[in-house]
Amino acid sequence: MSDKVLMKGNEALAEAAIRANCRFFFGYPITPQTELAAYMAKKMPKAGGLFMQAESEVAAINMVYGAAGAGARVMTSSSSPGISLKSEGISYIAGADLPCLVVNIVRGGPGLGGIQPAQSDYFQATKGGGHGDYHMVVLAPASIQEIVDLTGEAFDIADRYRTPVMIMGDGMLGQMMEPVTFENVGKGASDLPEKTWATDGTHMKRKKNIINSLYLQPEDLEKLVLEREQRYQVIKEKEVRYEASMIDDAEYVFVAYGTTARIVKNAIKTLRAEGYKVGLIRPITLFPFPEKILAETAKRVKGMLCVEMSTGQMVYDVRLAANGACPVEFFGRTGGVVPVPDEIIASFKKMVGGDK
Amino acid sequence: MSKKITVFTGHYGSGKTEIAVNFALAEAAKGKKTVICDMDVVNPYFRTKDAQKRLEKAGVRLICPEFANSNVDLPSLPGEINAAFDGDYDSAILDLGGDDDGAIAVGQYHARIQKFDHEMLVVANLKRPLTESKQEIIDMVRSIESASRLKATALINNTNISYETTTEILLENAQELEDAAQELGIPVRFYTGVRDVVANLPGELKDKAFELSLNLTPDWL
Repeated sequence: MSDKVLMKGNEALAEAAIRANCRFFFGYPITPQTELAAYMAKKMPKAGGLFMQAESEVAAINMVYGAAGAGARVMTSSSSPGISLKSEGISYIAGADLPCLVVNIVRGGPGLGGIQPAQSDYFQATKGGGHGDYHMVVLAPASIQEIVDLTGEAFDIADRYRTPVMIMGDGMLGQMMEPVTFENVGKGASDLPEKTWATDGTHMKRKKNIINSLYLQPEDLEKLVLEREQRYQVIKEKEVRYEASMIDDAEYVFVAYGTTARIVKNAIKTLRAEGYKVGLIRPITLFPFPEKILAETAKRVKGMLCVEMSTGQMVYDVRLAANGACPVEFFGRTGGVVPVPDEIIASFKKMVGGDK
Repeated sequence: MSKKITVFTGHYGSGKTEIAVNFALAEAAKGKKTVICDMDVVNPYFRTKDAQKRLEKAGVRLICPEFANSNVDLPSLPGEINAAFDGDYDSAILDLGGDDDGAIAVGQYHARIQKFDHEMLVVANLKRPLTESKQEIIDMVRSIESASRLKATALINNTNISYETTTEILLENAQELEDAAQELGIPVRFYTGVRDVVANLPGELKDKAFELSLNLTPDWL
């Protein structure tokens, strides 16, 4: 007997969320994310939860805001243009210190862009999207199993730090199918703080709670923003996740996340067979960014090659982390084009000065 | 040789397209003049068109919506599909989109399909959520029949968990599918899988084995 089932990334994320005790989903369909909402529509009512297709992305994120304020485990999902619409609400949710999960199954942009896989929302996810001094924790899985495992963790991180958390996959991860098991998805860690701030009724036993992001006194607002900034520092200390593969003897290191990291692994296999000492650092958290391992590695390698499905976004963070200790080059395809191992290998060889 | 029309349908993600492509290649290998129509109006990823080169090399004509892989998110079917009915093909294969949503697309052709010798094969993967039990499979078949206005003539057991599939996994819940087939009054026509999986099928299932080559999986996976 195998307890594994075959699922699309979109479906698997939805199933994992339900198993992690998420009981409220508000969304609006968009390719290549739609199966997530469709699966929720079928399964969430059976779990005693609420699925609602809102009239727009703006409505959906504000429903998330309300449900999160009332202390619910809540999520929404979309793809790139929809996340732009949701960005105002995400900023409000961050400003009101509320936990929720936002899923972005990224497609080519800008504008309506395309419907094929991309990673060109990295800046939006990690550097804001919405306005104000805030961050989301951004998780970037590279397989369907990792989507499942990170979904459970995402809700826990959100609850622990009272912050919106984003799972960012690309269209390929949303659409492709792999065997998965849900045995690692918990219903929530046992040590999560109680939601004493939730507007879930005073029952005449406490003062009323207020969910708000408007603070007209600059000193008050500064105090809150700085308090939140301290939480981001704790997140940076405790929540960094990455995978390092074959970097111990590496002379050159690739940096890639999500689907692209898997393609790079194939390129590495070929390059290793040809005698090149190459490895991979795959950030799993894009915020907090795995700066330390990159900084340490940069000091002892000859160079890094960052590969993305964009015109180069994460590469800025890689360069900041490397801090000039080694050259950091970039290779990318964009607009929905998925790179193939051969072009990554060619780009690497160009960087190191031709064939061996 | 008179024309045979074979419609492939099933739950989305059940493996319809991969099986339809393999079926088309097998028909062509038998010397039949073959055409395959991509009629998926639901999903823009992992399409028949991804196997275009292999199909064309084997002499199979591929008819697919203009928008397939062209980044236009528009469900429409080309007039070219008429060629599957009017052209002098020995074997015409219609690959539908998933579920009853995808099967709606073929409904408009049901009267024309019924003029020919035809089959509608429903693909099931019992390792996919929502098609894991006899009742779920029966419900799926009935909803597809209603949307397509065609009767299912056989089921296909494509139970798999991608690259971790073994013969045991293909057979694990096979009884649920056989029971569903019996209640529907139709046979299970094929047990499908890659070479290693179908090679180990027990004797009584050997003649139902249908070996698949994988044409839609990107080579970096």
